[in-house]
Amino acid sequence: MSLFSVFNVAGSAMAAQSQRLNVVASNLANADSATSSTGEAYRSRQVVFRTIDVSADKAKGVKVAGVVHDQSPMRVVHDPKHPMADEKGYVTLPNVNVVDEMVNMMSASRSYQNSVDMMNVTKTLLQKTLSIGQ
Amino acid sequence: MINKLENLLNFNQKALGLRAARQELLSGNIANADTPGFKARDFDFSKAMQNASPQQIQNFSLATTVPRHISSTDFRSITSVPKQYRVPQQPSIDGNTVDMDTERMQFMDNAIRYDAGLTFISGQFRTLLSAIREGN
Repeated sequence: MSLFSVFNVAGSAMAAQSQRLNVVASNLANADSATSSTGEAYRSRQVVFRTIDVSADKAKGVKVAGVVHDQSPMRVVHDPKHPMADEKGYVTLPNVNVVDEMVNMMSASRSYQNSVDMMNVTKTLLQKTLSIGQ
Repeated sequence: MINKLENLLNFNQKALGLRAARQELLSGNIANADTPGFKARDFDFSKAMQNASPQQIQNFSLATTVPRHISSTDFRSITSVPKQYRVPQQPSIDGNTVDMDTERMQFMDNAIRYDAGLTFISGQFRTLLSAIREGN
């Protein structure tokens, strides 16, 4: 029954978008973390989406293929009083672009809402299908 | 008599099957709105409806080894509809061709048409019931 795989498709999209929201939250929370468990400043993380088959009839869902570290240059600030400053007084801070992350967050939440809406429409259709002939 | 029933309902059943398949395809497009390189797909409903002829449906049958096995109907033939890539109106730089306005519009349109199909089938059932009850 094809309509049931809409739930799988929308569900996979919701899972992927919520992971993207999680990564955005982690980026925003660490926007000023000058150090981490590795001793280096936090690097911004980004999710990579990939299309997958979620049912036997090749319905196309989406999943997070991986989380990559943003390789753009780190933010370097001159602040000799900072405990992490090097001998010249420069501190390496995360390469998190707060504006980009806010845009990312809005995009993820809109996509999530789209998936919820798809589920609701499909649920209504299935309920109506169940009441055929009544 | 049962054969006549089937003939009566066959058209709408096929239409509903195709609508459901299209709903699934469009949901895949919406789900992949942010996937790099994903190409939005759709199929031509009227062509698919013409192609899903009764004889094609009969060609698709499951092997029945025991007489009591239920013979298959047109479930598989619906998913074998040829899909086409949508022509993007505003292609994005990551190769994704999902246009959310188009997809949402088609999704709602398809949902309403599916709903209409259900109404037609319910109407046919009511007609039959009315005949069975001799109009009472």
